[in-house]
Amino acid sequence: MAPIDSIGGLEAYRRKLAEAAEAKADMPTVLVCFGTGCQANGAGPVAEAFRKVIDEQGLKLDVNLGIKTTGCHGYCENGPLVAIRPQDILYLKVKPEDVPEIVEETIKGGRTVERLVYRDKATDEVVARYSEIPFYKHQHRIALRHIGSIDPTDIDDYILAGGYAGLAKALAMDPEEIVSEVERSGLRGRGGAGFPAGTKWRSCLAVESDVRYVLCNGDEGDPGAFMDRSIMEGDPHSVIEGMIIGAFALGSHQGYIYVRDEYPLAVKNLSIALEAAREKGLLGENILGSGFSFDIKISRGGGAFVCGESSALMRSVAGEVGEPRAKYIRSVEKGLYDKPTVLNNVETWANVPEIILKGADWYASMGTEGSKGTKVFSLVGKVNNTGLVEVPMGISIRELVENIGGGVLGGKKFKAVQTGGPSGGCIPERLADLPIDFDSLTEAGSMMGSGGIIVMDEETCMVDVARYFTNFLVDESCGKCTPCRDGLPRILDLLTDITEGRGGEEHVALLEELCDLLTWGALCGLGTSAANPVLSTIKYFRDEYDAHIRDKKCPAGVCKALITYSIDPEACTGCRLCAKNCPQECITGKRKEAHVIDTSKCIKCGVCKDVCTFDAVRIS
Amino acid sequence: MTDVAQFDRIIERYEKTEESLLAILQDFQREFHYVPEEGIRRLSEVMEVPESKIYAMGTFYKALSLTPRGRHTIKVCTGTACHLKGAPLILETLERELKVKRNGTTEDGEFTLECVNCVGACAMAPVTLVDEVYHGQTRASKVMDIVKKQVGS
Repeated sequence: MAPIDSIGGLEAYRRKLAEAAEAKADMPTVLVCFGTGCQANGAGPVAEAFRKVIDEQGLKLDVNLGIKTTGCHGYCENGPLVAIRPQDILYLKVKPEDVPEIVEETIKGGRTVERLVYRDKATDEVVARYSEIPFYKHQHRIALRHIGSIDPTDIDDYILAGGYAGLAKALAMDPEEIVSEVERSGLRGRGGAGFPAGTKWRSCLAVESDVRYVLCNGDEGDPGAFMDRSIMEGDPHSVIEGMIIGAFALGSHQGYIYVRDEYPLAVKNLSIALEAAREKGLLGENILGSGFSFDIKISRGGGAFVCGESSALMRSVAGEVGEPRAKYIRSVEKGLYDKPTVLNNVETWANVPEIILKGADWYASMGTEGSKGTKVFSLVGKVNNTGLVEVPMGISIRELVENIGGGVLGGKKFKAVQTGGPSGGCIPERLADLPIDFDSLTEAGSMMGSGGIIVMDEETCMVDVARYFTNFLVDESCGKCTPCRDGLPRILDLLTDITEGRGGEEHVALLEELCDLLTWGALCGLGTSAANPVLSTIKYFRDEYDAHIRDKKCPAGVCKALITYSIDPEACTGCRLCAKNCPQECITGKRKEAHVIDTSKCIKCGVCKDVCTFDAVRIS
Repeated sequence: MTDVAQFDRIIERYEKTEESLLAILQDFQREFHYVPEEGIRRLSEVMEVPESKIYAMGTFYKALSLTPRGRHTIKVCTGTACHLKGAPLILETLERELKVKRNGTTEDGEFTLECVNCVGACAMAPVTLVDEVYHGQTRASKVMDIVKKQVGS
């Protein structure tokens, strides 16, 4: 079809799509999640099975099925997920062999297949309706508004769901008005530091220039966070629409989306979406006949964590080595190619169309005083329900972990949450009633970061966690400034000493001194925040450091040099499984008799504990 | 001796600007499983940028390798969620069984073992990728079976 050449034309097109959808409203729709998680769990064969059964049975005659492959629902642990409409049923862990039963029972008969629906672990209650599952019930989805319900590769789906209406509204507004609206909404950058988006736009607008750039940071590097991947894969148009609105407000004609190399599906779906938007006249020359032109290029990252830092990202987009520069030159004045540039994160951009459409007041009515709106968290680690969760800012850590996350895995004791990735810190259970917003997390010695919430239990060693993040950062430091390049490896040495039983009383003081130097001396955000994992664990879990140093013990049973494996004779049934799997062949014992580990040969590889079905392997 | 046409085919897909360098190098990496020296030389000629600059990119970006990689790549996700759920034990098992250190290639050129800082599939932790196929909830005791089953050896 010809490009849509007016705002009225877009509305007419949407009405046409709505009429066609109305005519099919009662027809069953099967939605198979095609996010990275569900695909790994076997969503492909499940979708194939649906197609096959439908073809074989010639169901086109009585029921017309639209199998849509959608983006990530966020409940990845229970994938592959299959949603059935109009009944609004969500089936979990669906296998190809379940498909004939689903077709027979649900699609033809309208009944629920009980064994495939959600069952509450605590109450044993069965919940079939998608919207009533506790994991979803407590959520308020804005950035994730369409994910799981639209086909990300079909622009009509997005338009039918109200897509590009925010852009249509923005094109009729004065650019100044758009910036004010974003300012008043209180939207703060979702990428990490939480800088107010409106303020950033305003500063950029104030700089005289004939060329400006609009950038999207999709270099989601924080380990434990995957909301940006999910948005780029599952609703790419929301990011594109946000960027077009931003570009129109700022008078920019060229944008870039910088995507992590590790996210091939995001690159694919974004490319499809950009092409479709161009064909429809929503991107490129003369957008919706407004006279405004803007286009977006995709820039693939090269697998460097530091490229999530704004100045490094801009150098990487330009085809340089991604080293950051000193921050006294602001990128809103001199960013990409030394031109005024606005860089916002994926989730930030995805919020913009809704803010323009529904207004700043609507958005600012949610959240806390200093942190408005909702935030997507990736709730992972030692928690029952893992996945993506979008809730209003200000929810407490405890509500998130217990009500939505369903509590700690295996009924173990909740010890801490780690937020903010390698720049963040660990917050102990006793502070779990803390409301999650930008300011209170920073006050507690952590930070929001991109929204990774990693739940830790009694079997997580906090010194090991500090060591883990420091090791990560040593690896990812670009090497440009001395405090980061040379300071981090020394911090790692000290932490390694502690975890391997060589720690002395002076180690903690030395760590604190080095961390202080690093925080004040490093060039970019990677270095200045790199001490947080170490300092926050010393602050809240000093007793664990002391146990490693004084008693040469790892209370969580993680640090290899300080633990021994043994078999509990009471629990061991003598099944021989551990002995058969032991790579050192150091487990002995007759069938049906308790087994013994020869600790002189044991390499603490953990295989015996992993294979034991009676939980008889102990770590002390 | 080296056929420059194989590099030109990739280079031609992109605009002749420095912005395209990283994407071209990534395509080299995908096609040849590393960035060959001849490729750097050819890219430098065509794009008119110094070889040193392209070499610097080759050493800076983790996605690029200047030495040949194995026929199969095993990536162990060492993101935070995977770390907590046992990634270190999985990595050690693979190192022991394949007789190779992390980020190294086996002597027979069959496998390269890499660590990757989060693949964004944290809800399925711990995750292991064999030639870009995701395996969730991997266990140290089962990881070799997964590798063998997939590569069929």
